[in-house]
Amino acid sequence: MSIDRRSLLLHGGLIALLFALGFLLPTYHQGNLARIMVLATYAVGYNVLFGYTGLLSLGHAMFFAAGMYGLGLTMHHGGLSAIPAFALGILCAAALSTVVALLALRTIGVAFMIVTLMFSQASFLAILYAGDWTRGDEGFVITQSARQIAGIDLTDPLARYMAALLIFAVALLITARMMHASFGHVLVGVRENEERTRMLGYDVYRHKLAAVIISGTISGAAGAAYALLFGYVGATFASVQYSIFPLLWVLLGGAGTTIGPLVGVIFMFYLIDYSSGLTNAYMLIAGIVLVLLTLFARTGLMGEVRKRWVAWLP
Amino acid sequence: MILLETRDLTRIYGGLTAVNGVDFKLPRGQIHALIGPNGAGKSTFVGMVSGRIPASRGEVWFNGQNVTQLPAHKRIQAGMAYTFQITAVYANLSLADNIALAQRSRDRTRILAALDRVGLADRADQTTGDLSYGHQRLLEIAMGVAQAPRLLILDEPTQGLAESEIEGFNALIRSLAGETTILLIEHNMNVVMALAERITVLETGEILATGTPEEIHANAAVQEAYLGHV
Repeated sequence: MSIDRRSLLLHGGLIALLFALGFLLPTYHQGNLARIMVLATYAVGYNVLFGYTGLLSLGHAMFFAAGMYGLGLTMHHGGLSAIPAFALGILCAAALSTVVALLALRTIGVAFMIVTLMFSQASFLAILYAGDWTRGDEGFVITQSARQIAGIDLTDPLARYMAALLIFAVALLITARMMHASFGHVLVGVRENEERTRMLGYDVYRHKLAAVIISGTISGAAGAAYALLFGYVGATFASVQYSIFPLLWVLLGGAGTTIGPLVGVIFMFYLIDYSSGLTNAYMLIAGIVLVLLTLFARTGLMGEVRKRWVAWLP
Repeated sequence: MILLETRDLTRIYGGLTAVNGVDFKLPRGQIHALIGPNGAGKSTFVGMVSGRIPASRGEVWFNGQNVTQLPAHKRIQAGMAYTFQITAVYANLSLADNIALAQRSRDRTRILAALDRVGLADRADQTTGDLSYGHQRLLEIAMGVAQAPRLLILDEPTQGLAESEIEGFNALIRSLAGETTILLIEHNMNVVMALAERITVLETGEILATGTPEEIHANAAVQEAYLGHV
């Protein structure tokens, strides 16, 4: 079987499995998985830049928040309906990531990390500063009546689950397709050896620029979906914490693998879920497991799977 | 017809002039060796030709076009290929992926053909970092050839190769003769004498002599500067 077929089966199979789980899971886990899929979409976006292109951003929360507030503010204050607001949210993230890319890509390495962190902090503070509209940390709720698309009530657990699956599936297939095309291979070339890639005649800067914009836009779509499906918009989602999360998820799940981001989010989500059931010091348990994983599975869960068993894993 | 020409090409690092006013012409199809002692400015010179290093002064003309202001990747797209002195392959990727990036095609037949030219076809799916240094050098050369360039710049290609591999390298370069123009920086004088149609000797950033291998061999100044110490 060719790698193309296997890759199609893997991604198609995963989406089919998630679809079936939507009907099979008990309500509690169905709700969890809906949230996980939206956060995994965010991680998929982050993975494009970090996992495949090798650029470590510490400021992706600004893109997530751009999508979230782009949708949230226009629905809450502008009275826009869900679909145009969602489109606007994605547009905001695309615009912000373009501007940030043009400025931040003038730097490399640690400086790139710092610059993205600073831009993200500036965005976070801007949200607090504009408290009259954003209500800062406290945030605001998008009413149930507004969270409807063509008669489908997105507050209904199954509808919400399927909407989350849809957005995740689109992001997954976009990245899978991208990494199959020569564009994706060049991104990996940039990650592995930037100078060599330049000296093979590739425009490294343009590829990085595109990677930041694609990554930021997918992250923004996740932010917009989060606000729409869970009905809450708040400044926490623009904080440093939400820039670190996708890094952790991707590292755990396997940087540079298409399904690693989902695996990472599921793992982290349920790790915290179960350990908080055992003790109040659940972050201690989570921390120890994370340390063990970084010691013994340095390429993340899916990275290990690829290394040991399934070399073709995209 | 001239494929590559430099006019007054100069590179100054701080107070040090690494390459000083080099006028150089390379006709299409020629195998031309660039020799000289360490620090003579050979790598800096080809660095300026390929665009890795900006020139302080002077011009580079390639295929009838002034490329002095073009960034490296545009020059590569115009038909140059550059192999690094210090091996710069993608260590974490397979050999096949390395070649695919070089030739801009994942056509399996073409990948295997490109690897076969350096005798590595049976290792196509191995991880490059697991190869011996000599094999990595051969892969680097194969990547240069796979680009099907007009001008192939080889910076010390045989460094680290075994004698048997050097023979294979010589045969590979001869097989390219005529179609590909080759600019070769090389320390191994046996390789230079076996391959080069013309030789340019650089010393302290300036051209000391240019000529056929026989002329260079007979040149007293060159003997003094370089060959005498080998």
